[in-house]
Amino acid sequence: MKNLKYLAFAILSIFIISCDKDENTPLPADELSGLLLIQEIEGTDHMIELYSASGKLPVGHNKVFLRFRKKADNALEKNVDVSWMPMMKMMSMDHACPYGVVSKVTGKESLFSGDIVFQMPGNDMESWELTITYSIGGTDYTAKTDINVENTTLKRVSVFKANDSLRYIIALIDPVTPKVGINEMTVGIYKMENMMSFPAVENYQLTIDPRMPGMGNHGSPNNENPLYNAATGVYKGKLSLSMTGYWKINLMLKNDLGDILMGNAIEGAVESSSIYFEVDF
Amino acid sequence: MKNFAVLLLLAIIWQITKAQDDEGHDSLSLYQLEEVIVVSKPGIRHYQQAKPLSTLDEYLEKSGKVNMVKRGAYAWEPMINSMTSERLAITIDGMHVFGACTDKMDPITSYVDVSNLSEIAVFSGQQGSGFGPSIGGGINMVRQRNNFDKKGWSGSLDAGFESNGLLQTNGAGLNYSSSVFFADVDVMYRDASNYKAGDRQEIPYSQFTKYNLSATTGVLLNSHHLLEASVIFDKATDVGYPALPMDVSLARAIIGSVRYERMAVSKYFHNWETKLYYNTITHQMDDSERPDIPIRMDMPGWSKTTGFYSRISGCVNKHQLQINLTGYHNQALAEMTMFPVNPEESEMFMYTWPDVRTSYLGVFVEDKIALKKHHSLRFSASTGLHRNLVADDFGLNSLQIFYPKMKASQVRNVSSLSAGYLFQNKDWEVGVSTGYGERAPSVSEGYGFYLFNSFDAFDYVGNPDMPNEHSLEFHANASFKKDKIRLSSSANYFYFLQYIIGVPEQGLIPMTIGARGIKIYQALPEAHIFNVDLNAQYLFHPSWKLQGNVSYSLGRDHHGMPLPMIRPVSYQALMVYRADKYFAELGVSGNSRQWSFSKNYGEDLTKGFAIVNCSAGYAVYPKSHRLFLKAGIENLLDSRYSTFADWNNLLRKGRSFYINISFMFDKKVSL
Repeated sequence: MKNLKYLAFAILSIFIISCDKDENTPLPADELSGLLLIQEIEGTDHMIELYSASGKLPVGHNKVFLRFRKKADNALEKNVDVSWMPMMKMMSMDHACPYGVVSKVTGKESLFSGDIVFQMPGNDMESWELTITYSIGGTDYTAKTDINVENTTLKRVSVFKANDSLRYIIALIDPVTPKVGINEMTVGIYKMENMMSFPAVENYQLTIDPRMPGMGNHGSPNNENPLYNAATGVYKGKLSLSMTGYWKINLMLKNDLGDILMGNAIEGAVESSSIYFEVDF
Repeated sequence: MKNFAVLLLLAIIWQITKAQDDEGHDSLSLYQLEEVIVVSKPGIRHYQQAKPLSTLDEYLEKSGKVNMVKRGAYAWEPMINSMTSERLAITIDGMHVFGACTDKMDPITSYVDVSNLSEIAVFSGQQGSGFGPSIGGGINMVRQRNNFDKKGWSGSLDAGFESNGLLQTNGAGLNYSSSVFFADVDVMYRDASNYKAGDRQEIPYSQFTKYNLSATTGVLLNSHHLLEASVIFDKATDVGYPALPMDVSLARAIIGSVRYERMAVSKYFHNWETKLYYNTITHQMDDSERPDIPIRMDMPGWSKTTGFYSRISGCVNKHQLQINLTGYHNQALAEMTMFPVNPEESEMFMYTWPDVRTSYLGVFVEDKIALKKHHSLRFSASTGLHRNLVADDFGLNSLQIFYPKMKASQVRNVSSLSAGYLFQNKDWEVGVSTGYGERAPSVSEGYGFYLFNSFDAFDYVGNPDMPNEHSLEFHANASFKKDKIRLSSSANYFYFLQYIIGVPEQGLIPMTIGARGIKIYQALPEAHIFNVDLNAQYLFHPSWKLQGNVSYSLGRDHHGMPLPMIRPVSYQALMVYRADKYFAELGVSGNSRQWSFSKNYGEDLTKGFAIVNCSAGYAVYPKSHRLFLKAGIENLLDSRYSTFADWNNLLRKGRSFYINISFMFDKKVSL
């Protein structure tokens, strides 16, 4: 055990020494562990790298990661002030989507991340555009690129006009990779104020009812409906999945007064709610 | 009802012999064994049976003490004192073997064949706790054992045929022994198509094929040391379960052991026997033969057990002592994979037994004390540690859906105590005994995950937090024998605390398509089971004998509601003729209407029935070669019936003709 420790030290020191020799060597690969490159965006002085766990930007909630690499010497920037704006360029109009702020990932030196919920995919005629505004060392930059938002076979986001005549977007944030057992469940609920503003709604009630339509539409016990968490701005609950396979997570949205805004309970001949998520694992 | 009350009264007042027709048990064996079913081979007794090539299940069923739960023509589940496997200790020569099927389609008795056995000892209540914790009793299947007093070869060939279901039975055995060595090999093959119930109604999916190979060899190291090794290989394929929604494509067991026996250990201890064993069972349940099912599924299961026992017996003055140290480790794993209709969707997979490791280590002590003439006492006690561990995280996560705070492992103490008194003289035997027993929940009861029970159509979920089940039992038995008459009766009562049974849980959605709900195993505060039987024999002529038995059981939960699978009044009457070479039997057996059935547990009223069986045999004995010919008709009147123990009112076999031919040779010479 002790020997192993020494060996680890030895390897580490070689690594550090070699780093010293060549300043352009990228940071340790673990900055990016579990991430795949989506695309690179060419800025004025920088190349901006976009990453996600899947290397793609599917419809629904995405945790998107960014790095800024100086064109001049390929070095990664550590102090960047970033904000972004996803925009759907439609034939008739433009609109945005729910998105969060971009901040440095805790424990990482040059990796930044933020959340974006795409409520629809791009297509040949209409596509999503991501505008990144950033400032490094007092200089402001803007970069713009088209991004490819793909449709998913499984529904992870629901967009609807509710009984209060407002438009809502509900997105499944977690679990990304469901397991058999009790899953921590995170859901984002957003209201469409106007074409550009989709703030999170607070203290609404969301009920979940996971079912397996392929197996008699049976359900699972001990789910906990996601509750609003003021610190994170999302809803957290427990999703119980008793076996692998295709699950439809039926949803019902109520406002803070308990009025049903959308969705329905599963009972009798009603096998599905009008709003739901899907997982298949 | 009045007649019934009279019978019951008679049963309690009367006293009697043993249930079966053999005699000559010594006083102590009554305590030790509730009943011994002799299937010994090549001993002559085996061939005195009306149908020597009966399956083990049929042998057990004929015994008055065992009822068989039937889900098809194969692998019936034995029931003693109205209790099934989770409350019994069923062992093969002291070895624990645990079935690999979550739906009890492979009781241990299905992995042996009568050709492997010399006798089946059936114990009641705490008398069965010598090999591990039990509540209701136990069955120990005793394999053939060789003496070293003869040298040479012997062997046998068997062939049997039954018209109903076209059942073929073929077997062969070969044995060699000398003064220091023996080897025994036998094979058995049984194959059946669908059988027909009364009125010639074919029962689909009632076919089966079974192969069984057994080998034992022993060496007498010197006059006091014996080393023995044995193996059983049993494989059943294409087994239909007409009462269930699924069949079995493969049920395979490999059961091996090494035994070391030391005789004349010391002044006080005359025998010390130690055995190490291992067995592995593979069970594949599938529905590939069934048309029109809502979803296809595979449900394989595996069970592996490693164990040992070490038992020393001796006599100190008037005390006959036995100490048995026993331990085992079992791994039970079962899966369910359902194949969705939409091929785009992932397979639906779950562990129905989440890799549960069960370990037990315990000690059993028994003392039989011969008091003055005619009187004796028996005491026994056992204690052990029982541990369960859910070794698979996937499985643990699954169960934590129901029990978020559940831990992977759990340790319990399981103990038992019993005491009995016996009076015996020339004509009478009267015994009373009492006992206290405990058991841990079985794997299904503790850790089963969505196990569909087609009997009550509920999905069952285990409950790892349950306490031990406790029982307090009282037995009384008496027998009287004089001249041509033999009478015997026994009665017992079990008072349970924390009786484990599935209880419907409102608000949960069943998994299985068509299921009525979910039951969670719970420990009921109390329950009661009462069993009584009465047997009589009248030998009115040296060659003629009339025998009969009546039995009845009662089971109630804590609300006084009936428990499931409790037999109504059942009876058998048999006229036997036995002369030198000829043999004939005519019998009637039946059940009363099941007055008291358990609606909560999925039962409905089972009608009464009576069936008639008859058989005849002929034996030829030319010197050392013997030929036996037996033929008979079962269910002579082709009655259409099912009993309380038939799963989902499965109809039993209609009329069937059978013929058994056995040829034996014995070239052994006494040493």
